[in-house]
Amino acid sequence: MSQHRVIVVGGGLAGLSASVRIAEAGLPVDLFSLVPVKRSHSVCAQGGINACNDVARQQGYSEYEHFDETVYGGDFLADQHPVLEMAMWAPKIIDLLDRMGVPFNRTAEGRRDLRLFGGSLFKRTHFAGATTGQQLLYALDEQTRRFESEGKVTKYEFWEFLGPIVEDGRCVGIVAQDMRTMQIRSFRADAVVMATGGNGLVFGKSTNSVICTGAALARCFRAGAWYGNPEMIQVHPTAIPGADKLRLMSESARGEGGRVWVPRKKGDTRDPKSIPEAERYYFLEERYPKYGNIVPRDIATREIFDICVNEGMGVDGKNQVYLDLTHKDPDYLTRKLEGILDIYEKFVGDDPRFTPMRIFPAVHYSMGGLWTQFVKGSYNPAEPRKKHASGTPAPIDWKVGQGMLHGAPTNMMTNIEGLYAFGEVNFAYHGANRLGANALLSCLFDGLFCGLSVANYVRDGKPGKTPASGMAAQAFDAAAAKEADRMNRLLGTVGKGGDASVNPYAIGKELGDEMTAACTVVRSGPRLAQCLSKVTELRDRYSRAVLSDDASWTNQSFSYSRAVGDMLIAAEAMVKAADLRKESRGAHYRTDFPTRDDSQFMKSTVAKHDPATGAVSVELQEIDHALILPEARTYGKKS
Amino acid sequence: MSTATKLDPAAAQRAANRKSAKAGRTVIFRVKRCEGPGKPSRWEEFKVPVPPGANVISCLQHIAANPVTTQGARTTPVVWDSGCLEEVCGACTMVINGRVRQSCSALIDDYAPQEGDVMVLEPMSKFPVVRDLWVDRSRLFHNLQRVKAWVPIDGTYDLGSGPIESPASQGTRYKLSECMSCGCCLEACPQFNLEEDKAAWDTSFIGAHAISQARLFNEHATGAILKDERLDALMGQGGINDCGNAQNCVKVCPKHIPLTESIAAMGRAVTIHGIKKFFRGE
Repeated sequence: MSQHRVIVVGGGLAGLSASVRIAEAGLPVDLFSLVPVKRSHSVCAQGGINACNDVARQQGYSEYEHFDETVYGGDFLADQHPVLEMAMWAPKIIDLLDRMGVPFNRTAEGRRDLRLFGGSLFKRTHFAGATTGQQLLYALDEQTRRFESEGKVTKYEFWEFLGPIVEDGRCVGIVAQDMRTMQIRSFRADAVVMATGGNGLVFGKSTNSVICTGAALARCFRAGAWYGNPEMIQVHPTAIPGADKLRLMSESARGEGGRVWVPRKKGDTRDPKSIPEAERYYFLEERYPKYGNIVPRDIATREIFDICVNEGMGVDGKNQVYLDLTHKDPDYLTRKLEGILDIYEKFVGDDPRFTPMRIFPAVHYSMGGLWTQFVKGSYNPAEPRKKHASGTPAPIDWKVGQGMLHGAPTNMMTNIEGLYAFGEVNFAYHGANRLGANALLSCLFDGLFCGLSVANYVRDGKPGKTPASGMAAQAFDAAAAKEADRMNRLLGTVGKGGDASVNPYAIGKELGDEMTAACTVVRSGPRLAQCLSKVTELRDRYSRAVLSDDASWTNQSFSYSRAVGDMLIAAEAMVKAADLRKESRGAHYRTDFPTRDDSQFMKSTVAKHDPATGAVSVELQEIDHALILPEARTYGKKS
Repeated sequence: MSTATKLDPAAAQRAANRKSAKAGRTVIFRVKRCEGPGKPSRWEEFKVPVPPGANVISCLQHIAANPVTTQGARTTPVVWDSGCLEEVCGACTMVINGRVRQSCSALIDDYAPQEGDVMVLEPMSKFPVVRDLWVDRSRLFHNLQRVKAWVPIDGTYDLGSGPIESPASQGTRYKLSECMSCGCCLEACPQFNLEEDKAAWDTSFIGAHAISQARLFNEHATGAILKDERLDALMGQGGINDCGNAQNCVKVCPKHIPLTESIAAMGRAVTIHGIKKFFRGE
């Protein structure tokens, strides 16, 4: 039995694939999750997972083109070598999922079917109905359960991560809390993998699950981990507005032929089905003849925003546009999209097979995240190439190891030795905008490809000689005690009176409203400055927060209230980085700097937190752009 | 789902309620509360303003931010389990007005359309209460281990694609694979009862969800390698013979998974498996 242990925090696709890969490499894994892992947020991903396959390849597509699309889609902000490796591995990952039994939709011959998705002219998205994330998560959940039954993975479900334990610059464990008994304790580990997903709750209502506060990232940030491109927040163009959340309406609705439109005449209140074709404004198709409705998300979002907010052409004068599938065969729609059509019908009451849906953009994904490293692979051309012409032969063959060195211990390691970040919680791959159906891929790629890096680090790095299990108890005890103090201080406020201004729920709501208004689709220097002062005000109010429950058993409201404090710190990093980036790139659009400025800003923003003063600062850092030359990202827009 | 909705009288009633729902109304939430295992339960009532599109979750969020009862007494926020809020994670399952379902997809307009209407929220009764509406469903996941609900792959190596599969077979498996382990089928089952003693889990009724998952993996070409082991598990104590054929499970399944079909299919498979074992002298 190995004396080493690895901790994985988060049981979504990234966390489960990491657990499986690391356990397979012979290291025992302790898996921490706020929820039973089968209920993780990956379950919400709908449309699919991208990978070149044989059919696409014979039509002229290639892994290289997938790489090129992802870099272009991300507006040349992502480090390029890791993206190349991810695209090269994608077909192998699909094969593995297929072997695990994922019920991918099939062609007549029984092969995996493909659909069209944003940012590509080729069908290259594999899917299982319209609940692909759910089906992938379940496959990994099943494999994890198998390792669990063999004693190789130990689950800590309903445990909340409170922070990494860093000793001499090396991560040697975590502090966590059992959300039922409220016990706080430290756990030792030779490496810690953060796989805690996104931070939609910072924006109040989003497409994210209620657990996606981003607090885990913020707790690493507070402990000294860097936060890369925090300003890069994806606003998904199509969501269903709701009282408690904004439910995602998958991009696959457009991939399968859905058309976005508004009546040409402002204030036209006719039943949409009675409005003739000529009187409908299919604005994405008219403005982007080449890509039409499947332009990338940031572009579709801005156009919808423009139509509703600037032009005042939203349906019924509201912030909503039609997403119309009614011209498609209802049986075809059921086969390809049933899950999402049912959700729409359940929550809105109309059947989208027969009535156009009403949708509006919503915060969806964080391209930014914990800053991570990588070791370049073998493909290093003397000069970067020009952007790949779609459908032409790839300049390099499909071969792994060209983008990143497989097994290099620092792949997707943060600036803190032994602390890794996999999946949405890191800042890699997606740059300034993520293409649809690349998120599931990056989660799995991190777990499966970089899982080996973790195992190699544990065996060959510092833990090989000095395992965490043999270290003095003091650091571990002190870290747990510090968190217990934080809890007691917050619980001590219960019953101390106080008005709405110090209610953590009110503070969380105001934060969400302000961040949504100032730091999503459209940003500007003056508005961001205003937002920063609001966040500062909220931080001040939070320091005087009064809680409403001091129970020492399953105190959910305490857990949320504690997270609000962490969300405020993450928000500050986002706003400061958005202010520093005086250009427009991908999801980040500044009215005062509406064009991309490669000479100054084709760089990552890196936020750092000073534990001594609590100050958040942001700086620019060079990126790896050795493979593709940047060019204007227009998607063929007609002026 | 649309066809199912149209045939279901309760669904028709909900649709009618939705049409007649009064704007700007207040609804009473009666919530069954319990501070922890072994503690007595009690009822508390909250008055909640209902904006358009409100669901049980948004009302519970309102209560969490303003934990004051109808009588004006300050209390603690109600504790409940939730996740995706779009009925794919299964977390927010509870008993609403006497029927088990997900609280995210329970729209107030459907259930309490008039001023002063009452919504009754209770925790599921077949699992131990952790606090208030939050129950511990670990037994449900344990039962997935009993039937080895996984495909036994040879690791994550690059070994090419999985088996070719017809669209019809994929369609069958996909439907079964939509099970989100919410536990509605268990709450409604007369044969599945509260069992707090973990030692008894392996011999008490396994439940419709696990039987259906056994079918899912037996239907997969590689998954079928463990077919006999799954059938052995279903043959034993607490297996498929404990099913009393009440057929409540299929009625409450939010994903319309054909659970009774699965039970029938696995029942036949277990019978044949038993006969084969008999003739092999096992």
